[in-house]
Amino acid sequence: MRMKRGIYRFRLWIQIAFAALSNGYVAGFFKTRLYSGALKQVCLPGLNCYACPGALGSCPIGALQSVLGDRNFKMSFYVLGTLMIFGALLGRLVCGFLCPFGLVQDLLHKIPSKKIQRMPLDRWLRWLKYVVLAVFVLWLPLFAVNIVGQGSPWFCKWICPSGTLMGGIPQMLMSESLRESAGFLFSWKMFILLALLTLSVFSYRPFCKYLCPLGAIYAVTNRFSLFRFQLDERKCTHCGACARSCKMGVNMSKTQNHPECIRCGDCQSACPEGAISSGFTHTTRCSGQCSPQCSGASPAPDSPARDHSPD
Amino acid sequence: MKRNVGAFILLALGVTFVVIGCLRGEPMTVLRKAATLCLECIGIG
Repeated sequence: MRMKRGIYRFRLWIQIAFAALSNGYVAGFFKTRLYSGALKQVCLPGLNCYACPGALGSCPIGALQSVLGDRNFKMSFYVLGTLMIFGALLGRLVCGFLCPFGLVQDLLHKIPSKKIQRMPLDRWLRWLKYVVLAVFVLWLPLFAVNIVGQGSPWFCKWICPSGTLMGGIPQMLMSESLRESAGFLFSWKMFILLALLTLSVFSYRPFCKYLCPLGAIYAVTNRFSLFRFQLDERKCTHCGACARSCKMGVNMSKTQNHPECIRCGDCQSACPEGAISSGFTHTTRCSGQCSPQCSGASPAPDSPARDHSPD
Repeated sequence: MKRNVGAFILLALGVTFVVIGCLRGEPMTVLRKAATLCLECIGIG
């Protein structure tokens, strides 16, 4: 229990520190001007709206849409490359530790209430985030363009609850002219935000599971990111404690690098045998002879033991 | 020690993409968008 609390607190402090650091332009909250220094060219790893008054960096999904929608480019090497680097190094560790909207959902889920372990149609809804990525982040900004060839950030405009929470609400509170301009679109975005925040109380991270296009990108890279989880088959008794503890619905004893695993560490805390470890270590096709500590038992990425469907 | 080849290929590709993107001047487009208030993001349109 003490270890579980320790990992939870460690993760919580990292989440709070990173959210504060990436939104640390305090002056932005007092004057209606966004930070416009060179740092804002840099994409942050998580979904962090650049319309937030304190934002010091750029949201990678917003940046991707703005470059794709720009008539001069139509392809964003810079943002895709940044996402590849984060994905190759960390995978969905970003979701678990570095995303401010993930932190908000985590905190809301702490509110005591009856919890929904598995949403209806969960298995199918998990694919929705890939559709959102393909349609709203890639296809529409590229092809639904105006007369001068400029596209809109469709995901930011119609879906992103992080933008409403971190950008929309603070900006509306600070500017009367913006409040007067708010219409149907703002009401629609508030509806999405409130629906997701309410759902977060009962179901763990509904936005990350079903809608987040950034989560979809990192899910693809999770299988081979350098940060990995390992299972020591010699210690594992297949008691199922890891699967029961996972709020993302992953069975760690079946697959250690599942696309839905956000590396929160709950399974590590729950394992009574200490069979699950994590870190920037090698796992694939290990013969077990590389170090005295290595079990060599982790299944290779293409082994039949791997199950890529949410359990 | 066997390395995770996929991750290193992706990492190398990512770095290459970032360099190409910088040479094309993409960071300035990102900055232009991020430094001005994104009306779509906040729900004004």
